[in-house]
Amino acid sequence: MMSASVLYDHPGPRARMRNRVLSVVFGLLVVAGLYGIYRAFDSTQQWTWEKWQPFFETVTVNGQTANFWTDYALPGLLATLEAAATAMLLALAFGLVFSVARLSEHRWIRVPAGVVVEFFRAVPVLLMIFFLSFGGFWVFGTLIPPFWSVVIGLTLYNGSVLAEAFRAGIRAVPRGQSEAAYSLGLTKGQVMRMILIPQAARSMLPVIVSQLVVVLKDTALGYIVSYPELMLEGSKGYAVFTNAVPTFMVLALIYIVINGLLTLVAHLLERRANRLGVTNPATKAAAAATAATGLGGGGGGAGGA
Amino acid sequence: MDVFLDPANRQAYLDGFLTILKLTGASALLALALGMLLAACRVSPVPVLRALGAGWVHLFRNTPLTLVILFCFFGLYSAVGVEFSEDIHVNNYWLAVTGLSAYTAAFVCEAIRSGINTVPVGQAEAARALGLSFSQNLRLIILPQAMRSVVAPLGSILIALTKNATIAGVIGVAEASSAMKALIESNGDQTIAIFAVFALTFVALLVPVGYAFSALANRLVVRR
Repeated sequence: MMSASVLYDHPGPRARMRNRVLSVVFGLLVVAGLYGIYRAFDSTQQWTWEKWQPFFETVTVNGQTANFWTDYALPGLLATLEAAATAMLLALAFGLVFSVARLSEHRWIRVPAGVVVEFFRAVPVLLMIFFLSFGGFWVFGTLIPPFWSVVIGLTLYNGSVLAEAFRAGIRAVPRGQSEAAYSLGLTKGQVMRMILIPQAARSMLPVIVSQLVVVLKDTALGYIVSYPELMLEGSKGYAVFTNAVPTFMVLALIYIVINGLLTLVAHLLERRANRLGVTNPATKAAAAATAATGLGGGGGGAGGA
Repeated sequence: MDVFLDPANRQAYLDGFLTILKLTGASALLALALGMLLAACRVSPVPVLRALGAGWVHLFRNTPLTLVILFCFFGLYSAVGVEFSEDIHVNNYWLAVTGLSAYTAAFVCEAIRSGINTVPVGQAEAARALGLSFSQNLRLIILPQAMRSVVAPLGSILIALTKNATIAGVIGVAEASSAMKALIESNGDQTIAIFAVFALTFVALLVPVGYAFSALANRLVVRR
């Protein structure tokens, strides 16, 4: 623990003894707390085999045969991944275009791009999704499928967050890089495309991956507008098996495993970038400063300049 | 725009945003208190507390807020019988506050922990040399400095929390997004006006908060 060493000395024999005693005391408290939770759920028979059986084998309820994984969780997971992947690709494109637009020398490009980015960062994703889902018919003359409501909502919000991240990354590339490129006779577009964006993109890779976690989590908003993603499909499962609490626990576990893996990838990429030295200190600082807090939901990420 | 000429609709709009503000206020206070406690756990010399803090952060950071709030309703209320009030609306409101606080506390904890890392080692060493214990060190020396450097991230968290409060609608709390949905469903021909009013209200609420927090952060930052 790096942070730990700031606050206390390397424990000596007495401190180790004391820490051990405190560990036991707090350990017992934690166990007591967990036992309390266990008992609370036990009192309403949440741990019975009937409620957990659907996660291990195909069961027949009221003459209806169903399997939690193949009938509900896996199709739902697939839909979640599909929406997350589509939204992430579109958000990357959106972020790239708007970060470059915000760095433009022309006021008439820079200012509107800034307004768009600030707007979509401040409006909750759910508001966007409702607008598209329930108002889409009135505005566009056609019903917008839940998939696209979710994907477009997530794209606009996460694209705006990424636009700010890219902008910080591009600005953090040392001036000498673009000066050298200009002196070689490259045009503005070439400098951006061949010199600045590749360097910024590599240093921003961890930020991009952690934003993917946000997108993946936020696809759960699809539940509210009937997009059959993991949350909604899982819920169809518990309606059949009547095991809401165990189902939510299993669904949470699935999300935690997937997002944990993504976070791990982000850490590995960061370490690799550090080792290869592809990031200069300034872009690294920019990446750290803009690293999305990953709050997700109605919209997380950085606010304010 | 005549949808907002109807007093009932105007009331729904105002109530929606009032609920958002109330959810945000209550959850922000609870999340800040809990988040500081969790951060203290995560940097403490006691391994069990560190594991507790880390477990909380991993659990809530990787779970969608929709799931957390639904679990508060189906798990805490329906299954376990946690009841804050006889009134179903008040009860759902507090269930939503529970979910929002537990979720946001994980992010507050991580922000404060990163703030603690910005405090120079010499500060803690000097405090230890003066004979201050871990908790005195944390309370008197480290946290006051760390809190000043996490003003900006806490501002982002507050902004995100305000937007996240719209998810309380999933368990029937009448907040802004569900008010907007209801208005669109009954006045579809004015969808754009309705969306514009709700969206711009969020912009008007949150963009100044963002600037205020970054101005505050600049003022409070410990110059070293």
